[in-house]
Amino acid sequence: MLGRLTWAAIPFNEPLPLISAAVVGIVVLAVLVTVTVKGWLPYLWREWLTSVDHKHIGVMYFGLGLIMLLRGFSDAIMMRTQQAIAVGTAQGYLPPDHYNQIFSAHGAIMIFFVAMPFVIGLMNFVVPLQLGVRDVAFPVLNSVAFWLTASGALLINVSLVIGNFARTGWMGYPPLSELAFSPDVGVDYYLWSLQISGIGTLLGGVNIVTTILKLRAPGMTYFRMPVFCWTSLASSLLIVAAFPILTATFLMLLLDRYLGFHFFTNDAGGNQMMYVNLFWAWGHPEVYILILPAFGVFSEVFATFSGKALFGYRSMVLATLAICVLSFMVWLHHFFTMGAGADVNAFFGIMSTVIAVPTGVKVFNWLFTMFRGRIVYRTPVLFAVGFVVTFVIGGMTGVLLAVPPVDFVLHNSTFLVAHFHNVIIGGVVFGALAGYNYWFPKVFGFTLDERFGKASFWCWLIGFYLAFTPLYVLGLMGMTRRLQHVSNPGWQPLLLVAEAGAVVIMCGILCQIAQLYVSIRTREQHRDLTGDPWNGRTLEWATTSPPPPYNFAVLPQVETIDAFWDMKEHGTARVAPVYETIEVPRNSPVGIVIAFFATVAGFALIWRIWWLAIMALLGAAITLLVFGWLDDREREISAAEMAETERARSGRRQFA
Amino acid sequence: MTIAIVDTLPAETVSGRGGGGPAPTRTTIAYGFWIFILSDMVMFSAMFAAYAVLSGNTAGGPTGRELFNLHNVFIETACLLFSSYTCGLGMLSAERRELSRFLVFAAFTLALGAAFLTVEISEFAGMVEKGAGPSRSAFLSSFFGLVGMHGAHLTVGLVWLVYTVAQALAKGLRPVVLRRLACFSLFWHALDIVWIGVMTLVYLMGDR
Repeated sequence: MLGRLTWAAIPFNEPLPLISAAVVGIVVLAVLVTVTVKGWLPYLWREWLTSVDHKHIGVMYFGLGLIMLLRGFSDAIMMRTQQAIAVGTAQGYLPPDHYNQIFSAHGAIMIFFVAMPFVIGLMNFVVPLQLGVRDVAFPVLNSVAFWLTASGALLINVSLVIGNFARTGWMGYPPLSELAFSPDVGVDYYLWSLQISGIGTLLGGVNIVTTILKLRAPGMTYFRMPVFCWTSLASSLLIVAAFPILTATFLMLLLDRYLGFHFFTNDAGGNQMMYVNLFWAWGHPEVYILILPAFGVFSEVFATFSGKALFGYRSMVLATLAICVLSFMVWLHHFFTMGAGADVNAFFGIMSTVIAVPTGVKVFNWLFTMFRGRIVYRTPVLFAVGFVVTFVIGGMTGVLLAVPPVDFVLHNSTFLVAHFHNVIIGGVVFGALAGYNYWFPKVFGFTLDERFGKASFWCWLIGFYLAFTPLYVLGLMGMTRRLQHVSNPGWQPLLLVAEAGAVVIMCGILCQIAQLYVSIRTREQHRDLTGDPWNGRTLEWATTSPPPPYNFAVLPQVETIDAFWDMKEHGTARVAPVYETIEVPRNSPVGIVIAFFATVAGFALIWRIWWLAIMALLGAAITLLVFGWLDDREREISAAEMAETERARSGRRQFA
Repeated sequence: MTIAIVDTLPAETVSGRGGGGPAPTRTTIAYGFWIFILSDMVMFSAMFAAYAVLSGNTAGGPTGRELFNLHNVFIETACLLFSSYTCGLGMLSAERRELSRFLVFAAFTLALGAAFLTVEISEFAGMVEKGAGPSRSAFLSSFFGLVGMHGAHLTVGLVWLVYTVAQALAKGLRPVVLRRLACFSLFWHALDIVWIGVMTLVYLMGDR
């Protein structure tokens, strides 16, 4: 009846996950009760849960990332604490079984449910505004994509209380992840939650590619698009080309685990290294899926806060596209030790080094953009400058690792761990936080508090160096990654420094929460009445903050790069427009309903409750069929209604 | 300097460089569906890669030469190629709003697709009966994985065809129905292309 699900699935003997789950449960319950008692439920349902507005979906993506950052970070600080105290004769406080689940969950959550929602959220919110259009190409699909991501995030967190998570590391390499060696549900949680969210990511990628290539304001030629749109295009193209590989790879592992296939098993001719190859054929492009939008954010931030056009726009676009193509030719550097032979390793070593060239071009472009600019050191610029310094260091240790003989020494050491945290924190996280501080006034109509913003930046920067410089050194000393127990007492001082670094990063996160809280409390003093708080250059600043549901009452006519800057210079930015009747998409519950069925189906498949899985999949199919039948998916906003809305909004805004 | 070049573009070249404003809905939907099909093709290529790696790993079990029956493959290929032809004719009649013609061609497409599936399922069943199921060897795992994925896509395609025909019957060949038909037809032709790969790589090369 309930498959493999019994009371034994709940870890009563492990207090840590139970207590944290209880705390989370109480918080969720409190939020639900408040929402219901205060009567906010209809508002929530109408404006957020069933919204197909790309701006609301973007905000929900980013919010999901922030919440999951707390989960991923608690994993991180638990690991750092364990390694700092479990030295020599001490055993620490985490048993190996639990520790292995924590490092696997930390990796999977930080990549799929923190970094990905951050960049997809920014793309969702910003791209249509920068392109000067009213929505993405497929608004309902957008909502489905978000809710599938949320469904995956929910499933991975359920594993905390019901059953357990994979102990395989975040890559889930076979044969360890095969049924013979991981017979319980841990790997199934990993596979199904990533499979569900992966479909969401793919649909999101298709949507953004189509939006950028097919929906742009009149006059916006390809070479007039803001650089953030270019990097979003490259990133989404990579999603379309890379995520199906991951889907297929996980499908093969699922067939192995559920139906006794032999894709990656030890026996009957299976090939484990094929999994590793396929995984990184997705995994390396994934790195660029994450970092390219961050590059786009920094390009916007440097140009805006230097008061100059971006230096070398065309070389920036070319570098982005070069990275997009090259990212598919370097995957083998993740496993030089496989034994592919000197020729193959040499090829991939050289390709990995080559990819540093377009990245270097970008770094110089950013520096030259600042050169002789009037730089205003607001929080986004601090993150951007911190990024340039930190990312260059991370890039150089990457080039070091790209040399096969060096990699043979450093493979699987904490040097590698330090390297990829160096580029992901220094690149993706700093980019996401710069974008958060930069576009927040556009989203909510008031700017974020500067004091806490700057404090959070310094904590993140100093905390990062404190936490990961010791890991570089320890890696050179021979410490391997994922150690539940450290046998060499000589390493403990550096591990304690790393622990201190994690605490400083925690202060950075707390400052961020405080920043949000203080900013909301004092929002009346920080109102953005102009819609253009930073003297911006691109079209998102041409509309009000927050923008109306239709973004632009009249689609802007684009004449140059930095279209809004040009309009301001020529005094055409805020000419009274002539309104026309437009169509906007209606709200749709299809996303949240499909995600509900996907969550139930995932859970049922994990626990092998076949009848429930079939019913949930049927439910999802019927939802699709019902939605596919509807024709009337749009509603009209009449010219008169729009004129009224615009008049009400312009009361809060100063015309140029 | 590079910026100046773009700035001085004459107005008439702007639309040639993508400055013509948002594309019509029909174009956007077909284009987006194309991108989705490309991603599907990438998924198939991962399965093809797995088959290429594992096809020799028979683990002492039967080889492709012992299992494949090229007569069946010929029938399957003929069914699928003709179904693409009738699908194309059906689309043309739908564009001309000729409902009864469209229904005839849709029925042919459905019948040919179903015939393909019948042959494929009986082939799979025969292999499992002989003890040559997917868990026999890595070669057979990758065979069932790749060919089975194509078959699963085809099954979805048949359900989708019935569903779109029902829409055409209930609503007539309105623009919105035509847009959905166009997506189906793209999907169906794409499955044909994949089958050409399967036929060549799996059956023809496996039978040597």
